[in-house]
Amino acid sequence: MSTMQEIKVGEKVAGKNKPKTPIYLDYQATTPCDPRVVQAMLPYFTEHFGNPHSRNHAYGWEAEQAVERARAQIASLIGADEKEIIFTSGATESNNLALKGVAHFFKGKKNHIITAVTEHKCVLDSCRHLELEGFEVTYLPVQQNGLIDLQQLKAAIRPDTVIVSIMAVNNEIGVIQPLAEIGKICRAAKVYFHTDAAQAAGKIPLDVEAMNIDLLSISGHKLYGPKGVGALYVRRKPRVRLEALIHGGGQERGMRSGTLPTPLCVGLGEACAIAEREMGAEAERLKALRDRFYNKIREQLPEVYLNGDLEHRIPGNLNLSFAYVEGEGLMMGIKDLAVSSGSACTSASLEPSYVLRALGVEEELAHTSLRIGLGRFTTEQDVDYAVEHIVQSVKRLREMSPLWEMAQEGIDLKSIQWAEH
Amino acid sequence: MAYSEKLIEHYENPRNVGTLDKSDTSVGTGLVGAPACGDVMKLQIKVGADGRIEDAKFKTFGCGSAIASSSLATEWVKGKTLDEAEQIKNTEIAQHLALPPVKIHCSVLAEDAIKAAIHDYRAKHEKQSGQAAE
Repeated sequence: MSTMQEIKVGEKVAGKNKPKTPIYLDYQATTPCDPRVVQAMLPYFTEHFGNPHSRNHAYGWEAEQAVERARAQIASLIGADEKEIIFTSGATESNNLALKGVAHFFKGKKNHIITAVTEHKCVLDSCRHLELEGFEVTYLPVQQNGLIDLQQLKAAIRPDTVIVSIMAVNNEIGVIQPLAEIGKICRAAKVYFHTDAAQAAGKIPLDVEAMNIDLLSISGHKLYGPKGVGALYVRRKPRVRLEALIHGGGQERGMRSGTLPTPLCVGLGEACAIAEREMGAEAERLKALRDRFYNKIREQLPEVYLNGDLEHRIPGNLNLSFAYVEGEGLMMGIKDLAVSSGSACTSASLEPSYVLRALGVEEELAHTSLRIGLGRFTTEQDVDYAVEHIVQSVKRLREMSPLWEMAQEGIDLKSIQWAEH
Repeated sequence: MAYSEKLIEHYENPRNVGTLDKSDTSVGTGLVGAPACGDVMKLQIKVGADGRIEDAKFKTFGCGSAIASSSLATEWVKGKTLDEAEQIKNTEIAQHLALPPVKIHCSVLAEDAIKAAIHDYRAKHEKQSGQAAE
């Protein structure tokens, strides 16, 4: 009897709430560890558990060897020398170290920093903190396609500018900034160029030499590596000077003290090695999936807008506004899909995405946006299923939307006096 | 965010979605909220000869909580007199749907929508009786 009841309850749940695992389409939030990465990491938890900084026995040597191999793998992905790679806890720490580290070193001599309004919060918030310490920060606007204007960058550089920090790829809209051009401008002006490459490393080719990059941040979990590890590339020639944020045993050439987490370092290294080998084929496959997704949506739904440039964009990202349908309301209708939204309702601040607002996307459209992130384990079936569900849900919610109704009647929504609340 | 079963049920099977004829004198229309804020509710009531609300319809642009709040509001106003419907409080809506704190404003909007629809209906009739007196 009780068994039958249990089954009934289960059936009801299965029919109504569909508790099966949603399809993961949020690869800009995080990526799963590649199983090959996990395999490479495992021996370093148990067997080869030594402290890589122990110089006097085999346990330490083994671990050190593994860490140095990983360092070389990371360096190889971005065309750097292994001595230029500093392990950190993730891109947030790398960005903090790059900005605060360089600023603190030059404090009193050079007090000006340039960044962009669409940067990740950890860059913007580090800059805000430096402003409190007396630094001046210029926040460059972006154009409608999400890219900075190089002329504005040139004009913003001053004799006391110490560093320019412009992200390689934006986490919400996936647009790729003109890194080589930015690097050239910075080098000519003798200003350090830092780029937050958390969303770029392993997705697009990066070359710190060709692009004149002086500092570059990497995150493990954005490229199928483990969470809790990242790296900062710090150029040696010409040498980038920075002050450490974390003090202790002087590891990582004194720039970042603390015992290295060997398994995490190995994981990040392996993830970089896989990315280096497979990036080309993966990008091609993802671009085909992305285009399939976008085209199918556009064929079936009117008034869908792409946020950010299509050409200068990583293959695994789409950011779409579905006019007249609120983003969180839409996400509730597609709970079989794990996506994210620029809608205010999904953010703690109840403000719509500052990145979309910076592109000049109007608030009403920013509220209707979905970020769709495709990645290594996304299949064509996933894409087709997702499209079908999004189309179905958007149609249903538009039928329920007073704004859609008014738009169909030809009423200009801007002519109405809305009561802002 | 975890939502209550009642809320999800209203979101998945909303009651009384639709539109009544705005120009009909027995219909009152309330349009509240703003697209820039992420939610807009249109709630309409049709008042019968006995002074009771015989039909109600809504359309909502907003999150799941906003849709559920307006769906519930249309259900509750039906059969009520205007004075009774005016007494519906946002707190009752919020409580019934177990709205999380950040979604309380959705229930406020639903209450506002009911009041706006009643106001519109009354304004229409005052105007009409005013015209008749002239």
